[in-house]
Amino acid sequence: MNAAKRYFTSIFKAIVALLKGMKLTGSYLVRPSKILTQQYPENRDTLYIPQRFKGRVVMPHDENNEHNCTACTLCQLACPNGSIQIISKNIDMPDGTKKKVLDRWVYNLGSCTLCQLCIDACPSDAIVMDNGFEFSVYDKSKLIYELNRPGSRLKEKKTEKQA
Amino acid sequence: MEQHIESHIIQSSDDEFIINVGPQHPSTHGVLHLQLKLDGEKIVDLRPFLGYIHRGIEKMSESLTYKQFIYLTSRMDYLSAHINNQACCLVIEKGLQTEVPERAKVIRTLMAELTRLASHQLWWGSTGLDMGAVSPFFYAFREREMILEIFEETCGSRLTMNYCVPGGVMNDIHPDFVRKVKQLIKQFRENIHEYDELLTGNPIFQSRTQGIGYLSKEDAIALSCSGPVARASGISCDVRKKNPYDAYDRVSFDEIIATEGDCFARYRVRLEEMKQSMNIIEQLIDNIPTGEYRTKIKGIIKLPVGEYYQRVETARGELGVYLVSDGSNKPYRIKFRTPNFSNLGALKPMSLGGKIGDLVAIMASLDLIIPDIDR
Ligand code: SF4
Ligand code: SF4
Repeated sequence: MNAAKRYFTSIFKAIVALLKGMKLTGSYLVRPSKILTQQYPENRDTLYIPQRFKGRVVMPHDENNEHNCTACTLCQLACPNGSIQIISKNIDMPDGTKKKVLDRWVYNLGSCTLCQLCIDACPSDAIVMDNGFEFSVYDKSKLIYELNRPGSRLKEKKTEKQA
Repeated sequence: MEQHIESHIIQSSDDEFIINVGPQHPSTHGVLHLQLKLDGEKIVDLRPFLGYIHRGIEKMSESLTYKQFIYLTSRMDYLSAHINNQACCLVIEKGLQTEVPERAKVIRTLMAELTRLASHQLWWGSTGLDMGAVSPFFYAFREREMILEIFEETCGSRLTMNYCVPGGVMNDIHPDFVRKVKQLIKQFRENIHEYDELLTGNPIFQSRTQGIGYLSKEDAIALSCSGPVARASGISCDVRKKNPYDAYDRVSFDEIIATEGDCFARYRVRLEEMKQSMNIIEQLIDNIPTGEYRTKIKGIIKLPVGEYYQRVETARGELGVYLVSDGSNKPYRIKFRTPNFSNLGALKPMSLGGKIGDLVAIMASLDLIIPDIDR
């Protein structure tokens, strides 16, 4: 008799507890303002992405198509995954000397872990992180980018401009 | 070799049978493979098989420089990614004998506690999920999302942030950081009663966890368990108290200890730990010292020849980083003493003699992260 009583009380208690949980869930049904679910990609325009969000490495260019990269390869050495390859070339300067400048800044997004070590290592602030995140492609060779734009060159140093 | 493997595979007699749980099983949260010997529903023997997600992080670290290998440790216990990074930075700083700015210490500690909160919230949600309650998962993710947003704003990523660097932290905190953290604490304190309503007080949940998966204090010590698993068996082992690092020496908080040693005790310990984490955050958030957030370490880091060890308390227990340096710019050898590997050893004494249905509850209460076991 006692066992049967215990058995039914435990079922009753469990149902009460389930209803308690359901009550909490139901309370959110009537308070839609408290619901936090976001509808991506419908809300793509209003999506909040913090400014520091690490999406991929990019190289900012100014209006004259000039960047800050001196081809020092410090970022290439800092990268733990070998995602960066700096290809430089020698050009002839007007005064007859040769100067090493950046030819291609090859970046492999596919093997980049977005650790920010390259940006941390760069002494000239030539690269930054972009906020983009929709980078899926069908072929991994498309994940290899060349960050310096065609025809771009190194920005003249400020000190030289002032002089 | 063949014989060696044979002896590790459980042999069965006629009235017992063997089943394999995993490596692709939803309740193992990863690629853990368990072989069970059952007598009816009773577990008679249990053997875990590891190695399905071994990536050789320790070996890889030997070919990376001191600055580079840190990011790899985020991939061990990915829910305590920041705390793993912190341990590596602390061990390097110990070798270099650099002093970290006060501001960086406090920021690191705050981030570590936020990581612990986020990790415990995920665990709470998945515990519910493992036992058949789907709603808790969404409640847990509500607060967790706020924490991840804070991480995203300050560190730039949500999970594997690589925010700690030797000498401090990568960036200064976001201008909104203090406000958002305060808002999070306020909201979480308001909402934590929902956690009790949904799971803690539920008789179904209680009957599935109380008295299940008992781990005695002696076993816990013998198996070198740590973290909430050991504390639920009555062992005081919080590294934050015993061996304070960064800013833990200036905060006061309680070490949560339970003596029952069952699944419910481990559940309660983690739930209380969340409240203690909030206490720690509240003490620090208004007193972030001004000043530098990072001492720049110039050039290539080279540790003096020697051995260095640092332990920290991750969300799952004690993580030890043992580093041997031969004076070059790369570690000679790194060994991680990860909490999940030791805690996994407790699975057998907990589940022997129990029902196979209890195994899921026991694994949920152990809060295993498989990549941390394999590394
Ligand atoms: S973010 Fe890290 S992995 Fe990516 S290119 Fe820079 S250094 Fe390499
Ligand atoms: S991006 Fe910076 S670190 Fe890399 S080569 Fe250019 S200047 Fe050097």
